[in-house]
Amino acid sequence: MVPLSHYLALGAVVFVIGAAGVLMRRNAIIILMSIELMLNAVNITLVGFSRQWGDLTGQVLAIFVITVAAAEAAVGLAILISLNRDRSVLNVDEVNLLKW
Amino acid sequence: MIKLAWLIPLFPALGVVINGFFGSRYTRDKAGHIAALMAGLSFLVVLGIAFEMIFGSGGKHTIHLWDWISAGKFSVSVAFLIDPLSTIMLLVVSGVGFLVHVYSVGYLHGDPGYPRFFTYLNLFMLSMFLLVLGDNYLLMFVGWEGVGLCSYLLIGFWYEKQSASDAGKKAFIVNRIGDAGFLLGMFMIWVLTGSLTYLEVFHVAPNITEAGATAIGLLLFIGAAGKSAQIPLYVWLPDAMEGPTPVSALIHAATMVTAGVYMVARTSPIYVMGPGALEVIALVGAVTAIFAASIGLVQNDIKRVLAYSTVSQLGFMFMALGVGAFGAGIFHLMTHAFFKGLLFLGSGSVIHALHHAPEDQQQDMRYMGGLRSKMPITYWTFVIGAVAIAGVPPLAGFWSKDEILANAFFTGHHFVWVLGSVAALMTAFYMFRLIFMTFHGEMRVDHHAREYIHESPYSMTVPLMILAVLSVVGGIIPGFPPEGGWIHTFLAPSLAKGSAGGHAANEAVQFVRVSAKSGGGHGGPAAVILIILAIAIAVGGIALAWFMYLKNTAVPDGLASRFPGLHRLLLNKYYIDEIYQACIVKPIYRLMGSLWSFDANVVDGSVNGSSLITLVSSRFSGIFDLKTVDGAVNGVASVTKFFSQVFKFIQSGMVQNYLFVMLLGVFMMLSAYLFR
Amino acid sequence: MELLFFYLFAAGIIGASLLVVTRSNVIHAALLLVLTFFFMSGVFVLAGAEFLAVVQVLLYAGGIMVLYLFSIMLMNAEVSVRLRQFHRQSFFTIVVSLILAAEIWWKVLGGGAAYPAFKGFSWTLGTTPGNVEALGSILYTKYLFPFEVASILLLAAMIGAIVLAKRTIDR
Repeated sequence: MVPLSHYLALGAVVFVIGAAGVLMRRNAIIILMSIELMLNAVNITLVGFSRQWGDLTGQVLAIFVITVAAAEAAVGLAILISLNRDRSVLNVDEVNLLKW
Repeated sequence: MIKLAWLIPLFPALGVVINGFFGSRYTRDKAGHIAALMAGLSFLVVLGIAFEMIFGSGGKHTIHLWDWISAGKFSVSVAFLIDPLSTIMLLVVSGVGFLVHVYSVGYLHGDPGYPRFFTYLNLFMLSMFLLVLGDNYLLMFVGWEGVGLCSYLLIGFWYEKQSASDAGKKAFIVNRIGDAGFLLGMFMIWVLTGSLTYLEVFHVAPNITEAGATAIGLLLFIGAAGKSAQIPLYVWLPDAMEGPTPVSALIHAATMVTAGVYMVARTSPIYVMGPGALEVIALVGAVTAIFAASIGLVQNDIKRVLAYSTVSQLGFMFMALGVGAFGAGIFHLMTHAFFKGLLFLGSGSVIHALHHAPEDQQQDMRYMGGLRSKMPITYWTFVIGAVAIAGVPPLAGFWSKDEILANAFFTGHHFVWVLGSVAALMTAFYMFRLIFMTFHGEMRVDHHAREYIHESPYSMTVPLMILAVLSVVGGIIPGFPPEGGWIHTFLAPSLAKGSAGGHAANEAVQFVRVSAKSGGGHGGPAAVILIILAIAIAVGGIALAWFMYLKNTAVPDGLASRFPGLHRLLLNKYYIDEIYQACIVKPIYRLMGSLWSFDANVVDGSVNGSSLITLVSSRFSGIFDLKTVDGAVNGVASVTKFFSQVFKFIQSGMVQNYLFVMLLGVFMMLSAYLFR
Repeated sequence: MELLFFYLFAAGIIGASLLVVTRSNVIHAALLLVLTFFFMSGVFVLAGAEFLAVVQVLLYAGGIMVLYLFSIMLMNAEVSVRLRQFHRQSFFTIVVSLILAAEIWWKVLGGGAAYPAFKGFSWTLGTTPGNVEALGSILYTKYLFPFEVASILLLAAMIGAIVLAKRTIDR
C-alpha cells in the first residue's frame, strides 16, 4: 500500500525538477518540456488525493490539466516555430524584446 | 416585461458580434444602421420595463440567469436587478445611447474605421448595461472595466494621431488607480457583510460599524473619482476629447462618467452608516465643481470647455450625494445627460460643419463666430442646452441644480453651498461665452472653409431636437414641485434616506418640502430666497457673458492683461498636468532610469574600465608579475560582473529572469507561511 | 509489493526527468520525457486511475510528444547542441529549488513535525476511487460545462497554433 505522502513527495520533487528546468535551460523546447513535467507533477498529486479520498474529482481535474497541457504545447510550439523562422533563435535569453 | 431584462444587454452583444466579425468585409456602410437598430431594440425593451415599473407594481425584481462563481461561502451569480434606480439609469443610458448611435451614422459617415467604431459603441452599450443591471458588485465591476476599456478604445479611435492614442492611455491608466480603490472597497464589503449581492449587503448594512462603513465609502469613492473624473483623478477627461465627438457625448458626458455617481447612490445604505465618507464626497464634489468651472472660463477649444463643464457638473452630482440628497444627485445625472449630451452633439455638428477648416482651427472658438445664420437648428438647440445647464427655469438644469444647492444649504453645508453657487455662476458665464464666441459676432472662419459651412444632415439634427425637447421638459415633469417631485417618490425605495448625521437636516428638507407644497411651490421664505438667488445667478452669468463677449469685446482682453498671472494659471489648467508629470510620472521614470543607468554606466563602466586598466598596465609594466595583477583585476571585474548580473535581473527583458523572481516570491511566501 | 513498484516507478520518473532537464540533445530529452510519462502512467495505475494511465500513454506519450518531435524536426534543433546549454542564473536557481524542495519535504510532508493542517490527518488509504465508467459518468454530468469549456479551449489553441505557425500571410 502506497501512502499519500509518497505521492505528494514524488509530486513535489518532479515539480521542483521541472521548475529548475524552466529556469535553467536556454533551449526553448526543453523549457516547454520542463513545463510539461511541472504539469505532470501536479497530476501525480491530484491522483494521489483522488485515491486518498476515494473521490473522482481529482482525476477529472487531472484530465483537464492534460487538456490544458495539450493546448499549451500546441500554441507554445507554434510560437517557437515562428520565432525560429523569423529570427532563427531557439534560446530564450536571446529574445529580450520585452526590455524597455 | 421585466422578466425580459436579459434582452437588454443581448442586443448590443449581437451587434458586437455582427459588426466585430463581419464589419470590415460584409456590413461596411450598413454597420451604423445595424448598431443603431440594436441600440433601438434595447431601448424599446427598456421602455417596456420602465412603463411597467413606473405605472405598474414598482418594487425590486431580481432576474437570476446563472450561478457564476461559487467557492465555499463566496458565491456570485449573474443576475440582474430591476429597481427604480436601475430603471432611471437604463432609461438614460439606452435613450441617450440610441440617439448617439443615430447621430454617429451621419457624423462618422465615410470614416475608414466606420464598422470598428460601431463595434466599440455597441460594446460600450453592453458593458454599460451590465454595470447598471448587475445585482452585485462583481458584475458591476465587470461592466465598470468594460466601459473603461471601451472608453480607451474610443478615445484612441483615431489612433494614428499621437495625441489621441496618448489620451487613451492616460484615461486607462488614471482609471486603473480608481479601479484599485473600487476593488479594495469590494473586498472590504465582502469581509464585513459576507456577500456582494446588493440586497443581501444592504440587509446587513445597518450592522456595519461606522469605521468600517467609512472605509468602504472612501475606497469606493476612489473608484468613483477615477471613473467620474473628480479631483485628483479628473485629468483624463479633458484629454479624452481627442475621441470622436459622439463618443464624448455618450461616454464622457452622459453615461460612463456618471457610473461613479450611480455606484455611490447604489451604495447609499452603506454610506449613511459612515457620514465621514459623505462629508469627504461633498467637499471633493464642491471643490471639483468650482475648480473645473474656473478652468472652463478661459479655454478656447469648444470641446474642452464642455469637458471641464462636465467635470464641474459631476462635481455637483457628488455634492448632492455628499450632503445625503441621493435622489437629487440621480436627478441631476438624468438632466445632465440630456443637456450635456445635447451640447456635445451640437459642438460635434459645428465641428462637422467646419470640416474643411485647417486641422487646428476646427475646434478653436477663436476661429468661429457668426455661425448662427448658417446652421439655425444647431444654434437653437445649442441655446436650449446652454440655458438648461445655466439653470434658468423652467428648463431641466434649474430643477436639479437648485435642489442640490438647496439641500446643501439646508443640511448645514454652507461652505459647499457657497462653492456650488459660485460654480453655477461660472457655468452660466462660460456656456454663454461659448455661444457668443461660436455663433454670434463676426465670422472668423478660414476663408477657404467658409463656403463649405452647412447645416448637418437630419440623422444629426433630429437627435439634437429630441434632446432639446428633453432638456426643456426633462426637469419640470419629474421634478416639480422642488423636493417633492415624482422622481423622488419613485426613487425612494432604492435609496437610503438622508445621512445618519443629518437627521436635523432631513427635517429642514422636510420643512422645505412641506412649505413648498402648502404654498403651491412658492412657500417657505428661505426656499424662495434660494430659488430667486439661483435664478439671479444664472441670469447674471449670462448677462456678464453677453456684456463681455458681445457688447464690449475689449473687456476680456483687458481683464487678461490686467491679471496676466491668473489668466495664465487658468489657461494652463492650474498646471495640474505638469505637476503630476513632475511629482509622480517623472520620479517613476527617474527610478527606472537610474536602475538602468546604474547597470549601464556604473557596473558596465567599471567592468570595462577595469579591463582597460588591465590592458594598459600589462602593456606598460611587463616586469610586474602578470598573474598577480591580472588576478586582482579579474577578481574585481568578476565581483562587479556578479553584481551586475544581480541588478540586471530587475529589468532584463528575459522571461526566465522574471520567472526566477516569481519562484523567489513563491519561495518567500511559502517560507513565511510555514515558519510563522 | 505495490510499494516496491511505486519506488521503482518513482525512481524512474525522478531519474528520467533529471536527465530531461540536463541533456543537451533535444531529441534525447524528448525521448526521455516519453519514458518519464510511461513511468507516470505506472504510478497512475497503482493509484487506481486506469483511465488516466491510458490517457497518459495515448495522449501524452503518443500525441503531445509526437508534436514535440515534429517541431524539433521542423526547427533543425540539433544545431543548438553545440551551444551553451544553461542559463547564467542556473546557480541561484538550483539553490532556491533545493531549498524549496527541502521545505516542502520537511515541513509539509513531515520530517517528524508535520504541518499543522495535516494534524489528525489519517495517512491510511481510502477506498479505491472507482473505474472508467464512474469517471465517464461524472465527467459528462457534473463536469459537463467545464468539459465543454475545455473543448473550446482546445479549438482556440488549434486555431491559434495554425495562425502562428503559418508560413506567410499574404494579403
